[in-house]
Amino acid sequence: MSARDNILARIRSARGAAAASAQSDLAAIDGRINQHPVGTRPAMHWDQVPRFREQCVRMSSTVDEVASMRDVPAAVARFLTEQGLPMRAVAWPKIAHLDWTGTGVTVEDRPARGDDLVGITGVHLALAETGTVMLLSGVDTPAATSLLPETHIAVVPAGRIVLAMEEAWARTREELGELPRAVNFVSGPSRTADIEGQLQIGAHGPFRVHVIVALS
Amino acid sequence: MNAPVPGFKARAHDKLNDAKIQRAMKNFNLAAARTRGVADLENLEDIRTAAASIRDHSLARLDLWLERFEQEATRRGTQVHWAETHDDINRIVIEIARRTAVKKIIKSKSMVSEESHLNAALEAEGFQVVETDLGEYIVQLAGETPSHIIAPAIHKNRDDVADLFVKHHGTPRKTDIGELTMEARKFLREHFLSGEMGISGGNFLIAETGSLFLVTNEGNGRMTTTLPRIHVAITGVEKVVPTLEDVSCIMRLLARSATGQSISNYVTLNTGPKRPGDTDGPEEMHVIIVDAGRTKLLGTDMQEALRCIRCGACMNHCPVYQNIGGHAYGWVYPGPIGSVLTPNYIGLENALDLPNAATLCNQCGVVCPVKIPLPELMRKLREKQVDRGLRPWQERLGLTLWAWAAQRPVIYGWLTGITARAGRFFGGADRTIRRLPGNGWTEGRDMPAPAGKTFRELYAKRKQP
Repeated sequence: MSARDNILARIRSARGAAAASAQSDLAAIDGRINQHPVGTRPAMHWDQVPRFREQCVRMSSTVDEVASMRDVPAAVARFLTEQGLPMRAVAWPKIAHLDWTGTGVTVEDRPARGDDLVGITGVHLALAETGTVMLLSGVDTPAATSLLPETHIAVVPAGRIVLAMEEAWARTREELGELPRAVNFVSGPSRTADIEGQLQIGAHGPFRVHVIVALS
Repeated sequence: MNAPVPGFKARAHDKLNDAKIQRAMKNFNLAAARTRGVADLENLEDIRTAAASIRDHSLARLDLWLERFEQEATRRGTQVHWAETHDDINRIVIEIARRTAVKKIIKSKSMVSEESHLNAALEAEGFQVVETDLGEYIVQLAGETPSHIIAPAIHKNRDDVADLFVKHHGTPRKTDIGELTMEARKFLREHFLSGEMGISGGNFLIAETGSLFLVTNEGNGRMTTTLPRIHVAITGVEKVVPTLEDVSCIMRLLARSATGQSISNYVTLNTGPKRPGDTDGPEEMHVIIVDAGRTKLLGTDMQEALRCIRCGACMNHCPVYQNIGGHAYGWVYPGPIGSVLTPNYIGLENALDLPNAATLCNQCGVVCPVKIPLPELMRKLREKQVDRGLRPWQERLGLTLWAWAAQRPVIYGWLTGITARAGRFFGGADRTIRRLPGNGWTEGRDMPAPAGKTFRELYAKRKQP
């Protein structure tokens, strides 16, 4: 018997299941997965965009709001200038292909390396409940862009803000069917309190997360 | 290899008298953070009930959920391994590391790997292992073990860290916590970029999608599962959760219970290795599903302990843990959950003091996000010690004598009468007993002396007209 068989046999004997797969048990498993019921949650009666912005700030992100995607490059330039950051970034292709002329920001369409300072990404969805951006890995959406640079700028179209994680799963099933290699929920900058319980921002990931909400 | 260090009482005594530990423990106030964190959940109790029921649902058909996880994970290219023992874990990891010819291994937090002493096993085979959670890194440099499941270096202060960094980094001494954190970031960034294998724990396994669910605040979990070419996750059999919705419900409580955050900074689901065209992600993803004593709890009166989601709230609220710290417990999991898991995983006879290292005040039971009745489980473990004759002979003899007397009311009344009067006599004018013979009870406190008469005497007197 393999380790696998031994472990499963111990579990079955503990629950008194003679057969490996009683039909009723398998039906219960399939039922739970197919229905994937939403469990008990707190009441969520809020306007999604203001709630999202407020919760981003609570998680130590900074937030800006622009009218449309066309205004994103100017908002990025403004943020980098205000923060005294280099006017150079790596970005996901969809963001890199916006019109950056005249903003003074050099944007490269490539995955981030260890020494890049600013990374700009879009989002798959965003969660109003917790001020969280949801990123999916993929050919045009490398995970490293939101992880390695010291500053992560996330562009969030307002229409992609959903109530909470459960709504995000429902939308993802509907739109994609399958999960990508990595789903990353990011809520504010990297942090640690491992020395004397004192909160420090920027443990391993970005020091800054700046969220730009594009209303249309 | 995996037995606990004996001598709980001596260690607890040392820690209580160690001024540095006492100060260090007070730096963290995770209990207050939790209180603030749960304040915005007006239906907290209902959510706790829901989370407990999700965990129970998984445990009730654990074999089928594990098989479903395996099936879904395999379908997406993850290689699933099963470890019956701690030695199996180490053997499987070493085999993967050898086959893929890695040299440097970076680790994000894995308590299961602490159970199996994986780092030592890998180092003995010539692999370089670097812990990347800041607390774990500090503990690794010090050659120690974590003393808290989510704040591993809770027992260290900034001076300790400064000394370790001077010694191991060869850099000028820094004492500012921000500067120390930045120094660790710089050194660990190099390791992240050059690590060939990443080893992580797994907060949950999601059966629906075959995904590994990983939570960190520092981002080291993301680094470990994104950059190296091999990713190995190690987690217990009990960590499987049916659906994405189920894990969302539990997540609402996990971060709040641990640090008071509404969500951890990074919540990551890894579903298989790198896909065609991906520029990052590992070429191989492995999940090791570990038993190592866990299945023994299934179907017993200890099963509820397997609901645990490793938030640390029980130890953050435990008056015993808060005074002695995690190392006194002698094995991987400290605090109330440790006092339940350790005897169950490695044998009741190997952890006699732990179920007794509690006042049964039920602070832990009240805050546990998945409603594990921790005091009740500790009480049952105490009963089992008595049933199996594992208590010291003095205690067994004492209880036998007491039981004999208690069944004979006249003798019992006579004995208690003598004791009450003797107690009053030894209490003296201020009615305080400062020293009891053969017993450490009065070492740290005095005992109020009895009034001189037994309850039965007083009751009989009052009944008289």
